[in-house]
Amino acid sequence: MNEKAKTALLYLDGVSVSFDGFRALNALSLVIEPGEMRAIIGPNGAGKTTMMDVITGKTKPDEGEIYFAGTVDLRKMDEASIASLGIGRKFQKPTVFESQTVYDNIELALAGKRTPFAVLWHRRTKEEEDRIEGILATIRLGEKRNWLAANLSHGQKQWLEIGMLLAQEPKLLLVDEPAAGMTDAETAETAILLKEIAKTKSVVVVEHDMTFVRDLDVKVTVLHEGSVLSEGTLDHVSADPRVVEVYLGR
Amino acid sequence: MIANFFLRGIDRSAILVIAILLAVAVLVPAANLYLPVTSPFHVPSYVVPLVGKYLTYGLLALSVGLIWGYCGILSLGHGAFFALGGYAMGMYLMRQIGTRGVYGHPILPDFMVFLNWQELPVAWWGFQYFPYAMLMVVLVPGLLAFVFGWFAFRSRVTGVYLSIITQAMTFALLLGFFRNNFGFGGNNGLTDFKEILGFNVQAPMTRGFLFAASAIALAFFYVICRSIINSRFGKVIIAVRDAESRTRFIGYRVENYKLAVWTLSACMAGVAGALYVPQVGIINPGEFDPANSIEIVVWVAVGGRGTLVGPIIGALVVNYMKTYFTTGALAPYWLFVLGSLFIGVTLFLPKGIVGTLGGLIGRERRVKTPAAEAPATNPQPQAAE
Repeated sequence: MNEKAKTALLYLDGVSVSFDGFRALNALSLVIEPGEMRAIIGPNGAGKTTMMDVITGKTKPDEGEIYFAGTVDLRKMDEASIASLGIGRKFQKPTVFESQTVYDNIELALAGKRTPFAVLWHRRTKEEEDRIEGILATIRLGEKRNWLAANLSHGQKQWLEIGMLLAQEPKLLLVDEPAAGMTDAETAETAILLKEIAKTKSVVVVEHDMTFVRDLDVKVTVLHEGSVLSEGTLDHVSADPRVVEVYLGR
Repeated sequence: MIANFFLRGIDRSAILVIAILLAVAVLVPAANLYLPVTSPFHVPSYVVPLVGKYLTYGLLALSVGLIWGYCGILSLGHGAFFALGGYAMGMYLMRQIGTRGVYGHPILPDFMVFLNWQELPVAWWGFQYFPYAMLMVVLVPGLLAFVFGWFAFRSRVTGVYLSIITQAMTFALLLGFFRNNFGFGGNNGLTDFKEILGFNVQAPMTRGFLFAASAIALAFFYVICRSIINSRFGKVIIAVRDAESRTRFIGYRVENYKLAVWTLSACMAGVAGALYVPQVGIINPGEFDPANSIEIVVWVAVGGRGTLVGPIIGALVVNYMKTYFTTGALAPYWLFVLGSLFIGVTLFLPKGIVGTLGGLIGRERRVKTPAAEAPATNPQPQAAE
């Protein structure tokens, strides 16, 4: 492990993953600094979602190193313990607990003890209620707190999921296509929300929508065939001939 | 802490269920014992153990309803835990026979004498003591469920694969218990019971008490389940049912939650089995039959998955129908009735009796109070796929 890994919040070095001979990730290296916000773009099949799977413990890498906060080796941990470390994830398709209310969804995600018995005896405290209220206000679902999550619109589900992420109080948020299926107005609002969040936390956003990435105005990493193709400002990567080739075809 | 936990479980509808069960626990035996046969309210003696048996089935259905309806674990082998609890009780009852057996052996039950055994197998030691036997009623199914669940849930066996191995588990036990040298009475099982705690098991008074115990046990576990569902733990297991991997990514170790409700459910099934055996007077390996376990699932589906009262009502209704159809001219057609019931409920009442009725009542209430704009303030848990 080198110096870089010790200071970075998230450090991936030479990470490879194969599924039945298909290399989803090919010696991928990526460094996220504390407090950084990063946008990750790339064509379909570039390995964006697999990268998130590897970081959150859903998929084990075949080779390579993954460290969190300098010292924690994520390869040895399962999803639950990685989540408890402070890595939160929002899925591409919004996954909320549909048969429970908006309020309960946030409550479930709220940072706290996660063992069965602690949860069984737990009583909601005033502090927790205040936290939930605060998050409901941030994601603008206060009015719908008693709605079943199933009855929310697609965009509202995306927001609820972001709210659940916030409730977890993670150090690092992995956000997969937050603007998918949103109206232009919602997309712009989501960008503002994420920028607000990025003031206190590190955020990695995977996105297809270029307007959205431009709204975020952060460093961009372009993935292609499981490794980093280009990195820099959006203007820099858009000018990169290799990126143009990947996106527009030969 | 514990008082708070239970208080959470006792809401208005829970009080109604508890009140009904406790009233039944007192009134049915009383109507049997103290009303003259000529009274229109007299309960005939054959009805008491019959309905008592239904109540133990209700508890068994509740145990399956808890894991299937709220945690998405479809067990097709819960009859095994029921039977193990039943065997533990049966072993106690066997040891109480003493010298009154056919062979009059003071220690060995008849089937052991018949097999020419000289000593009591270790597994039978201590079963002459009621408290020890009751401990085993909970411990044996609980331990089996814990070990089984530990491996299954840790390996992330879910859905239909888990259902299949639960079925394999009960089938393996069926084969084991059928063997004479397994030490539990083989094909014939355990029967010919005389006394429980010094009282004649056949006496109307004892039957009345067993009936009351079944109703009270059902009410007790209903409150426990209710308290669990109303706690944050309940929200977590519903979350596991609806989106298991999402729950993991929030930081809950799903396998531990599943293991906890699964083990509790097995213990409940064990208690149900223990109350069942003295009322029907026999326990044999037939109880491990996979078909029995599937029948429990039918009760739950008929009554209403994702509710706690539903499975109880389902067990009572289906078993009443079973009694009705298997006595008389319709007897050969019972299995057709059961099959069509399951198909009918799946097609026309996917939420079961209670889920459908609850939906109707909820709709009416909403029409009456248009002020309530929220689509559902009281989340109706949806059935898991």
